[in-house]
Amino acid sequence: MSIKVYVPRDSAALSVGADEVATRIAREAETRGLDIRVVRNGSRGMLWLEPLVEVEHDGKRLAYGPVATGDVASLFEAGFLEGGDHALAHGVTEEIPYFANQERLTFARVGVIDPLDLADYEAHGGLKGLRKALAMKPGEVVEEVVESGLRGRGGAGFPTGIKWRTVAGLPEDQKYICCNADEGDSGTFADRMIMEGDPSCLIEGMVIAGIAAGATEGYIYIRSEYPDAIATMKAAIRGWEEAGLLGDSVDGSGHAFRLFVRTGAGAYICGEESSMLESIEGKRGTVRTKPPIPAIAGLFGKPTVVNNVLSLASVPVILSEGAAFYKDYGMGRSRGTQPFQIAGNVKNGGLVEKAFGISLRELIEGFGGGTASGRPFRTAQLGGPLGAYVSEDMLDLPADYEALAEGGAMLGHGGIVVFDDTVDMAEMARFAFEFCQIESCGKCTPCRVGAVRGKETVEKILAGIDVAANIALVEDLCDTMTDGSLCAMGGLTPMPVRSAIRLFPEDFDRAPSAVAAE
Amino acid sequence: MANPYLKDDAPGGGVDPATAAEAVCARHGNDPAALLEILHELQHDIGCTPQAALPAIANALNISRAEVHGVVSFYHDFHETPGGRITVKICRAEACQSMGALKLIEAICRRNGIALGETSADKRITIEPVYCLGNCALSPAAMVNGRLHGRLDETRLQAAIDGAAT
Ligand SMILES: Cc1cc2nc3c(=O)[nH]c(=O)nc-3n(C[C@H](O)[C@H](O)[C@H](O)COP(=O)(O)O)c2cc1C
Ligand code: SF4
Ligand code: FES
Repeated sequence: MSIKVYVPRDSAALSVGADEVATRIAREAETRGLDIRVVRNGSRGMLWLEPLVEVEHDGKRLAYGPVATGDVASLFEAGFLEGGDHALAHGVTEEIPYFANQERLTFARVGVIDPLDLADYEAHGGLKGLRKALAMKPGEVVEEVVESGLRGRGGAGFPTGIKWRTVAGLPEDQKYICCNADEGDSGTFADRMIMEGDPSCLIEGMVIAGIAAGATEGYIYIRSEYPDAIATMKAAIRGWEEAGLLGDSVDGSGHAFRLFVRTGAGAYICGEESSMLESIEGKRGTVRTKPPIPAIAGLFGKPTVVNNVLSLASVPVILSEGAAFYKDYGMGRSRGTQPFQIAGNVKNGGLVEKAFGISLRELIEGFGGGTASGRPFRTAQLGGPLGAYVSEDMLDLPADYEALAEGGAMLGHGGIVVFDDTVDMAEMARFAFEFCQIESCGKCTPCRVGAVRGKETVEKILAGIDVAANIALVEDLCDTMTDGSLCAMGGLTPMPVRSAIRLFPEDFDRAPSAVAAE
Repeated sequence: MANPYLKDDAPGGGVDPATAAEAVCARHGNDPAALLEILHELQHDIGCTPQAALPAIANALNISRAEVHGVVSFYHDFHETPGGRITVKICRAEACQSMGALKLIEAICRRNGIALGETSADKRITIEPVYCLGNCALSPAAMVNGRLHGRLDETRLQAAIDGAAT
């Protein structure tokens, strides 16, 4: 029987040479007359170890990484196919503390299975949630999700089940499930890892949502920056169609559900749900005025469930293991687990799924191992470009929606971007305005004009011109944007700006001479 | 991968953009909701989404020319003129900045003799900014002709660029 060797096809792994490593391993085995089967799995999420090669030995998977093509021959010499020791060996993958200390519910199969092998999916607990849902009344499915306490993982944290209940309660014939896979936040990649590593889990979540809400069509809106995720999702959908799990009668149940992929076109604002709906309709991604909310009048004016990839991909396990099981994880009003993404200037960057309540310090120092540069930690930005910067003394805050909000920060999509002491916070504040200027949809003035004015004003501060007056002006602008913007793009750009000014005032205290001397 | 529309000398290889656009629209059943997909495919086929193609699209989808133009101009992905033979999309979002992306951008632009957002006069290369490629734990990141690269420094990125040229 051939020995199984796993080499990830996740695009982070590919970005550091996983394809070349896979090819080299196959060739090396052939010349040595060894019988191996290379499986292209998703990533285990220990991204600093990518390409992470695993060998199945004695029923366990052994990890080697990061493997470069130049290491392959020596791995064979060391007998890695039989678990031989090597400088890159890490022992049993699931016993590596970074992995062993996680609570993987949503990511249970990511990195484990072949993402496009439905039999492998089913063997690892896939389809169990869907089959349970098919045996229930749609209303019961909705209530199970309500009961689980699942809140939207896209940023706003709105209870998923409540949203479904609204859509389910409307009489329209045509309703839609739209999956938001625009994942534009810097520091986030969990949606991508699901789509590339366990696409069936997302599909299953969407089909369950369709049954629950009475929708027969679903769209997945994937950003164009993710070509691998797009290709994997499309291939997985074809697999489901061929297996009779999508189409006129899902798994012979009589429920119809069809799924389509739509590609974004490089616009951050299209992650905002109404802008995304416009985009799926083939229009400019301009934000819609609310009300009506998408649940009432969404895609093509019909009742629409809009959910993030992680929200939908958490649904199968909620159905298969029950709301109580899921709800048992977490703290306060933040139930279940959150796939955190540790990124930026961090030694051990990757995907860490943990119950809500873990402290930022445990994530950044415990899992992340501190900065990549080895220099002192200065700050981390939480929740993407619209999220706040936090200081060292805030790291004991628990990662929980409410606790972070109280601390003046937000969890957003769970991204944590680490910076060392070389970061210039005034520069980051300038960048926050610049980003808003580039990505604003242009519909409302506080955002469209405020971003430009904000950027110019911080530039003056950077140049040491009327610093105190210009900081006051920035604060004013931030008030206007917070109060007067139609959506969170303009409304939350003040978050990173203000947190930078509040926590790192020394960076804004620019002397004109210092700049002139540079 | 022979692409019938793509030839080195002229944008669109002499294929009439309107004809190409009509073909793409037809492949999508002339569905106006598929406009983004149509524009992506057109750009893939002829290298850009030129003004000359817009009336044909408007006609095929039965929407106004202004609407088509509005969509083309809204999204960063669509370009009215073709870029270089090598397209580098380099990330300048926060996580990549924390690992020195801005210096990398400066160095790689200088080395290839163009400014960020520009195409070289010989049409060899375009370097454009992007905001996150979902590779933030392996920053800095860039995409070269659709292929993602991580843990970049100037040497590695230039090697990826040179590799794409061959
Ligand atoms: C500027 C902006 C960008 C956003 N980007 C995303 C995104 O990339 N992905 C996402 O799921 N939600 C994003 N959101 C939040 C969505 O509007 C919406 O709340 C979410 O998709 C709902 O799904 P959930 O309840 O499952 O989180 C964004 C919001 C704003 C204002
Ligand atoms: S806040 Fe900005 S992005 Fe949001 S609607 Fe207004 S202009 Fe558009
Ligand atoms: S911030 Fe550069 S890849 Fe995400």
